[in-house]
Amino acid sequence: MTTAALTPIVALDVPSPPALQRIRFGIRDTLSLTRRDLLIWLRNPAFIFFTIIQPVMFVLLFRYVFGGAIPVKVPGGYVNFLMPGIIAQSAAFASFGTAISLARQLQKGVIDRFRAMPMARSAVLLGRLASDTVRLVVTVLVILAVGYGVGFRFENGAVPAVLMVILGIVFGVTICTISAYVGLAIKDEESVGSFGLVWLFPLTFISAAFVPVASMPGWLQAFAKNQPVTTVIDEMRSLALGGPLATHAWQSALWLVGIVAVFVPLAVRAYRRAS
Amino acid sequence: MTQEGDTHGNAVVTRTRKDAGRLVDPRQPNSDRSVGPPERSLEWDGPAIFVEGVHKSFGDVEALCGIDFVVERGKVLALLGPNGAGKTTAVKILTTLLTPDKGRALVEGRDVVRSPAAVRELIGLAGQSTAIQEELTGRENLEIMGRLYHLDPATRQRRTVELLERFELVDAADRPTKGYSGGMQRRLDLALSLVARPTVLFLDEPTTGLDPRSRFGMWDVIRELVSTGTTLLLTTQYLEEADALADEIVVIDHGQVIAAGTASELKNRIGGDVVEFVVVDRDRLSEAVEAVQGLSHSEASVDPETARVSLSVGDHGSDALVDTVRRLDALGMHTQGLGVRRPSLDDVFLALTGHGAEDDVSEPTRVSRNRRDGEDR
Repeated sequence: MTTAALTPIVALDVPSPPALQRIRFGIRDTLSLTRRDLLIWLRNPAFIFFTIIQPVMFVLLFRYVFGGAIPVKVPGGYVNFLMPGIIAQSAAFASFGTAISLARQLQKGVIDRFRAMPMARSAVLLGRLASDTVRLVVTVLVILAVGYGVGFRFENGAVPAVLMVILGIVFGVTICTISAYVGLAIKDEESVGSFGLVWLFPLTFISAAFVPVASMPGWLQAFAKNQPVTTVIDEMRSLALGGPLATHAWQSALWLVGIVAVFVPLAVRAYRRAS
Repeated sequence: MTQEGDTHGNAVVTRTRKDAGRLVDPRQPNSDRSVGPPERSLEWDGPAIFVEGVHKSFGDVEALCGIDFVVERGKVLALLGPNGAGKTTAVKILTTLLTPDKGRALVEGRDVVRSPAAVRELIGLAGQSTAIQEELTGRENLEIMGRLYHLDPATRQRRTVELLERFELVDAADRPTKGYSGGMQRRLDLALSLVARPTVLFLDEPTTGLDPRSRFGMWDVIRELVSTGTTLLLTTQYLEEADALADEIVVIDHGQVIAAGTASELKNRIGGDVVEFVVVDRDRLSEAVEAVQGLSHSEASVDPETARVSLSVGDHGSDALVDTVRRLDALGMHTQGLGVRRPSLDDVFLALTGHGAEDDVSEPTRVSRNRRDGEDR
């Protein structure tokens, strides 16, 4: 204990590594964590359920159970109306896994351990979003395959079809940023488990995903018409089936950019503070 | 070089000297750092860990109110204290997870606030938190850690195999860690913290929640580890754990260092022998306590759960023992395990913290539970 008093202790002045090396390591760390998250996903039946089985169930349920009772005015009937909606809804629901897994890792201390390692700070969140993107691609492709099996067809050509798929995935990743914040802010796996879907249900169901908004009571329409899920789904429908593109395009873009601009900084802040 | 006033006790706070870092050969030729992250060796002759006047508050709660301690290279320091004493906060500050409100903390000369990245390159952390991903196998967990430490594929694989062997996890290597026992999980977690061969290792309550057998297994692993020259800071609530593993013990309570020294120095602080016995007929416990009370200036400590009576008797151990026997015999009292012993760390701890009115009620109970664990050995 007396050492400190006898010799003044002078901290070393450590030079920071060059920026290029930091970026290189940052990318490497992100890829390592993406790999890790995907491995975990493949091993976890619950996660697979959310990304594959549940969306397929929804397709079949709405196609054959509810679909007959919902009149729509689109070429090809309800199944064509349904598919863009269900892709967006599933993409949003898939973000539930993002919240759960971040909260779990935070709770168990995994994230603390990562933060005590020489790893890029952004890697945990970026790796998470990268692996979520891969999951979303799988989900969307599975839904499309099942959709084709039950009668869905793109009516507007190949390029808009591809754009629709991309929009669905971008939308899903955007919702993942909200979920990332929810998971990191709530910090408790069980709470996230019980409350994680509370905001996702109204957001996706009070929208144009499964029924035409015009069928809802007037007061609900005001919300349903203008919320991001509807504008994105309207745009996806126009891409898939033909229709006006411009209006929904800029509305969607505005929403997506807005959500990212708000929730990415929030998630980053929650990640920094979580310890 | 600028100097600041003598704000906390006796230490002189000195600001960073710009020319302090020079590139030289690796610091510790004997610690096997041949395989690890790219070495950025800076000359450092000081202690491995240096903590000076560190304060940390969470809202109104003062977790640390100005702690100081030093750990020399290759030594083991135990931070000993009850739950909520501030041990974990201290570890989090030293591992760059929290920033101190006041004071300095250096790891191998690197300031945890100013050069956190440099600190992270040198440290390993395990304990209460876990880095284990339970869906993945032990091998996969180690392998991913190697990737995150930027080890090349060959090194990664060699290190994985090495650690699996060293921690006796070879048979379970390819099973998901979900099915591992508590002891196996702790061993794997420790292995994960060693992937990059840290110079300074932090173990936050490494054996809390383990059954006695796994705990002793963990002790062996830790002993072997420090024999290779790694500096270790461990936190524990178990007095005998600190006694068994540490070169030096820092006792902290309510965010303050209340004692520091080697185990024997701490024992000397209480300065005396302890006469101890268990009363067979519990109804007569208070009678027995009354009988021996006058033998010493200090009060007898009684554990009602086990009916054990302990009495500090200064350096007249044998005389006090004879007197105790006489008095108890006169009452016709049956006792077990009557004897005189050197004070244990339990006694030190009770002496240091046991008389505060703000001490939580569970404290004596927990300490006496430790004492029983010790006997199970």
